[in-house]
Amino acid sequence: MSIASTNGHGLSTAVPVATHAKVDTAGLAEKVSIKNLEFFYGDSRALKGISLSLYANKTTAFIGPSGCGKSTLLRILNRMYDLYPGQRATGDVIFDGDNLLRADQDINLLRARIGMVFQKPTPFPMSIYENIAFGVRLYESLPKAELDARVESALRRAALWDEVKDKLNANGQSLSGGQQQRLCIARTVAVKPEVILFDEPCSALDPISTAKIEELIDELKQDYTIVIVTHNMQQAARVSDFTAFMYLGELIEFGATETLFTTPKDSRTQAYITGRFG
Amino acid sequence: MDSGGRDVTDMTLRSTSVTAAEAASRSAVLKRLRLTDVVFHGLTRAAAMAVLVLLSGVIVALVIGAAPALGTFGFSFLFDESWNPVTERFGALAPIYGTLITSAIAMLIAVPVGLMIAFFLTELCPMVLRRPIGIAIELLAGIPSIIYGIWGLFIFAPFVQKYIQPPLIDTFANVPVLNSLFAGPPYGIGMATAGMILAIMVLPFVTSISRDVFDAVPPVLKEAAYGVGCTTWEVFRNVVLPFTRVGVIGGFMLGLGRALGETMAVTFVIGNAHHVSASLFAPGTTISASIANEFTEAVGDLYTSSLVALGLILFFITFIVLAIARYMLLRLQQRAG
Repeated sequence: MSIASTNGHGLSTAVPVATHAKVDTAGLAEKVSIKNLEFFYGDSRALKGISLSLYANKTTAFIGPSGCGKSTLLRILNRMYDLYPGQRATGDVIFDGDNLLRADQDINLLRARIGMVFQKPTPFPMSIYENIAFGVRLYESLPKAELDARVESALRRAALWDEVKDKLNANGQSLSGGQQQRLCIARTVAVKPEVILFDEPCSALDPISTAKIEELIDELKQDYTIVIVTHNMQQAARVSDFTAFMYLGELIEFGATETLFTTPKDSRTQAYITGRFG
Repeated sequence: MDSGGRDVTDMTLRSTSVTAAEAASRSAVLKRLRLTDVVFHGLTRAAAMAVLVLLSGVIVALVIGAAPALGTFGFSFLFDESWNPVTERFGALAPIYGTLITSAIAMLIAVPVGLMIAFFLTELCPMVLRRPIGIAIELLAGIPSIIYGIWGLFIFAPFVQKYIQPPLIDTFANVPVLNSLFAGPPYGIGMATAGMILAIMVLPFVTSISRDVFDAVPPVLKEAAYGVGCTTWEVFRNVVLPFTRVGVIGGFMLGLGRALGETMAVTFVIGNAHHVSASLFAPGTTISASIANEFTEAVGDLYTSSLVALGLILFFITFIVLAIARYMLLRLQQRAG
């Protein structure tokens, strides 16, 4: 299937709707499989027939210019759009064999299994310890000692333990921006999710904090399936194994990060990653 | 572009060379402007000063008016239940008690309901309902208190007497403590009824302030809480309320200030009895209701002075409550930057 497109960037060619590079998926487990996903804000269609797979213990990056739908796609994965009336999704998102779009899905449980880290650090208005214990207590009633251990391991996981171990009772909002973001990662990890969604996690951070978070993402993928939305193409290239390039609500190209950045199949992908638009 | 720029420069240069005559007329204009400014400055300051003068005037008048009563009864005025115009023995205990109890009942009802309405409006309400409910709440604040008074006396009190008080009295008849709180014949009028009317009257204050502070919670913070798997209630309880605590307390205090001072509606339904009774269903009185009821019939200096002393006490209580409210809201604004 192909369409003739004139997209206003001087790229007037007959291009396939989505060019899927040959992905070497041998030995990879499909964690989430998105099929023919469409998304609507009221009457306007924000996502058009998206199909792609997220692989277990791999990092997948969504890139594309502002408004291309990458954050929208991410927010479908934990049904965050449910909070807002008038937004709806159609199609299938199969998560461990279960369609997470079905109406009777237990959304709270889903969100515990698919954690999310936001663009801005969002510590809750409580102590550092409580920020992490809070989410754990929602699902498990652990004895104090075990809860303490869980908090510590989550903070270690987020490379924050050494910085906060002496002030666990301080307010979470008193930390620096980079520390707050790692606190949010620790909070997400503590609930033991299977998938972690990062929505531009470094856009509000300085370069050093950004480097720490990227390092962390790289370590986390040993245990989790990671999806990251980013505006920063170097970041996508650095942290991800697979990259999906989206444009105007369509998935233009999806493939192994290395392939997509070195030999993009689609002229629009090429134009975007070389900085010609976006 | 270039030539245009030069033109402008030329014009500016031309107009800045001023003749002597022009300079004179200009300085006259400036003088007139300065004069207007001085007058305006003076007027605004006078208006602001008037508030201070009025406030201190009221305080001085209250203190002078209350002096005879306070001089006669001393501190025991605060703790004496008797109120006897014939023997001229007056004590403020019953009105103070009534004021505090009715306000407490009002806040006990209005705060949870107000918070729930505010949360529903900001988080759960479908868009089409949001404005109508919001406007209805605001209108509730606009109803004159005399209307609450007659409605309370003719409609609400009989309803309470018939449907609310008897079951409560029966239910708690054998429970210690509670049986004395909900004791006695169901009069309809009394402290409980007054408290419920007050609850309706302060509800708009609590609701609209809570709604404003709930609206100020960053959406991403709520999303983050939903993101770890919180239910709506858990988000409200653990994130929204702690985040807005100061503002909510401010709204609570403003509502309390209103409840403490409300006169007309309370006077209608409280029963106006100078008694301190444990039962919430017993008739009582409040400071403002006593003053409103008895000023016209107060003969004798001590009687009048005692009423003024009541006013002074009320002024003091409300002042403290409002000061706390202001302080809380100030802290909220500082934190919001």
